[in-house]
Amino acid sequence: MTEQKTEQHWPLWEVFIRSKNGLSHRHAGSLHATDATMALQAARDVYTRRGEGLSIWVVPSNAITASDPTDKDVMFEPSESKIYRHPTFYDIPDEVGHM
Amino acid sequence: MYTQALNVKDEPAAAGDPVLEARFQAHVDAELKIEPNDWMPEGYRKTLTRQISQHAHSEIVGMLPEGNWITRAPTLRRKAALLAKVQDEGGHGLYLYSAAETLGTSREQMFEQLLSGKAKYSSIFNYPTLTWADIGAIGWLVDGAAIMNQIPLCRCSYGPYARAMIRICKEESFHQRQGYEIMMTLARGTPEQKAMAQDALNRWWWPSVMMFGPSDSDSQHSDQTMRWKIKRFSNDDLRQKFIDATVPQGHFIGLEFPDKDLKFNEETKHWDFGEIDWTEFKRVIAGDGPCNKQRMKQRRAAHDNGRWVREAALAYAEKRRNREAAAKIAAE
Amino acid sequence: MHETPLFSYALRLADNALILGHRMSEWIGHSPVLEEDLALGNMGLDLIGQARAFYAYAGEIEGKGRDEDKLAYLRDAKDWRNVLLVEQPNGDFAATMIRQLLFAAYAHPLYAALTKSKDASLAAIAAKAEKEMAYHVRHSGEWVIRLGDGTEESHERAQAALDELYAYSTELFESDDVERALIDAGIAADPAALRPEWERTVNHIFSEATLKTPPQSFAQTGGRTGRHSEHLGYILADMQFLQRTYPGAAW
Repeated sequence: MTEQKTEQHWPLWEVFIRSKNGLSHRHAGSLHATDATMALQAARDVYTRRGEGLSIWVVPSNAITASDPTDKDVMFEPSESKIYRHPTFYDIPDEVGHM
Repeated sequence: MYTQALNVKDEPAAAGDPVLEARFQAHVDAELKIEPNDWMPEGYRKTLTRQISQHAHSEIVGMLPEGNWITRAPTLRRKAALLAKVQDEGGHGLYLYSAAETLGTSREQMFEQLLSGKAKYSSIFNYPTLTWADIGAIGWLVDGAAIMNQIPLCRCSYGPYARAMIRICKEESFHQRQGYEIMMTLARGTPEQKAMAQDALNRWWWPSVMMFGPSDSDSQHSDQTMRWKIKRFSNDDLRQKFIDATVPQGHFIGLEFPDKDLKFNEETKHWDFGEIDWTEFKRVIAGDGPCNKQRMKQRRAAHDNGRWVREAALAYAEKRRNREAAAKIAAE
Repeated sequence: MHETPLFSYALRLADNALILGHRMSEWIGHSPVLEEDLALGNMGLDLIGQARAFYAYAGEIEGKGRDEDKLAYLRDAKDWRNVLLVEQPNGDFAATMIRQLLFAAYAHPLYAALTKSKDASLAAIAAKAEKEMAYHVRHSGEWVIRLGDGTEESHERAQAALDELYAYSTELFESDDVERALIDAGIAADPAALRPEWERTVNHIFSEATLKTPPQSFAQTGGRTGRHSEHLGYILADMQFLQRTYPGAAW
């Protein structure tokens, strides 16, 4: 190991917080930590200073598999034409009332 | 909280794919957000990386002048509030570095740019905090100016930056009130305290006014950042808005602004103000402000003194991974 | 000195919290990594909050109109009752974390015991503080493990910090006549009874951290009766300067 060795970086983590029971965890932001224990503590210290959370998930950013944005059309356009999946597609007389 | 308009120069639009570029611009024009993995022009990426990282640097350098007074805060209530405020600034730096990281530059690279003097930060933090009233003036004026700059950024076209700014603006709502309350208490206190408040206003007023960057006519901005919807208002518009909001607040607590040309214009319904000394501004930006060297020295010391700690945490994480792997093999 | 034991006791609790909170606050903007600036800030704010609650109660017990600020800003070193451990300088990050662990591992069971105090005000403050100190144990403990079992340099620094600070831990478990009466009345917690749990906590962490618990050496003590190290004077000079320079002003 030489003196000039560039410093190794702390890995990036993504933080998800449940703000109250009944709601799902939501992405709150990111932080740097060397392991899961410290990531969880940092998430608590950074992202819940104002009572924002009851539960925290931390995930190494590089563990997330994301869809490719250039693939957006192939992935998501086919669902846009399937309007029969929505209730407004069907005609029901007003007299029937709410359905 | 501390954006400063001047520091970001537009990147010349590199010759990119015209079809992708047109699609990108149409997306932005429709007020839709750009997300990290979306295609974006190189100039957009560079401009944003620079602006967000400078914004982040400003937050963490900004911790120093105020941090100065945490141990000397005159009451426990003030001490807790100031500590929480400076801590928030660290948090905001962290959110902003994270937002910039989504564009492909690591926090360490950005730190390196700051510590090597390559990256700029808001020049307001190169002024010293000499008395307790400076803590009031910073909260009231500097945070007040920053808020004017930051609220429009909540609608910035780049999703991660806009989301960070929404969180920051929400958290910062107490910062300016904290500062103004300090100023008000001093202005209504003993003659010595009032003099302290006036002196702080005298020193911080012009640097705060300059936080909005040079006049639009001299600005290095082209319309590009406006077109990209990174920036929404001109420097002069924001500056006028800040002055119009702040002057009555100062008068309310009986303080005078160090500008003999400051007067309300009945016709325009705005406060007219005097000539800004841009030579001082440029000098401080260029590195010759009262505290430039001191601030960078402190940041560098924190970074260097912390290296063995960061290395220890990494070394431990690796040891633990190895031990767990070995235990797994042993168990098989 | 004409103080009731309860006043003295509340003041001791307050002074410990404030001085350690003050030390924590010195780190802000200078810590090894941004995430840790936030963590140290939170710990500082917890402690300052505890101090304010105990001072307010002490002032009430005394009934002479001294509020939290009069108690914090207008006493000289000899009237401060904090233990010597909390006034020791921050040193490097290892020293700060070792000091935090030694103190938090004591304060956590102390507050847990005080939640059962016959004095309802002390019990209420302790109930909040107990949870805060539990987190301080966790956070400082995780750091001590990483520093102790990290690199050669971090191990050396952590061991050196432990060797230096350990002598201040004995004072945490001392009690005097002031406390005796309150302990017998079910108001104060018996510090000696906290020692086994403290030892379990810190020794477990030291062993995970590959640190050697130093032998019991001469115990540095005296803070509770106002005999401090030289460091306290500097803290007070810093902290009290505005209140002292402008007597009677409101801030």
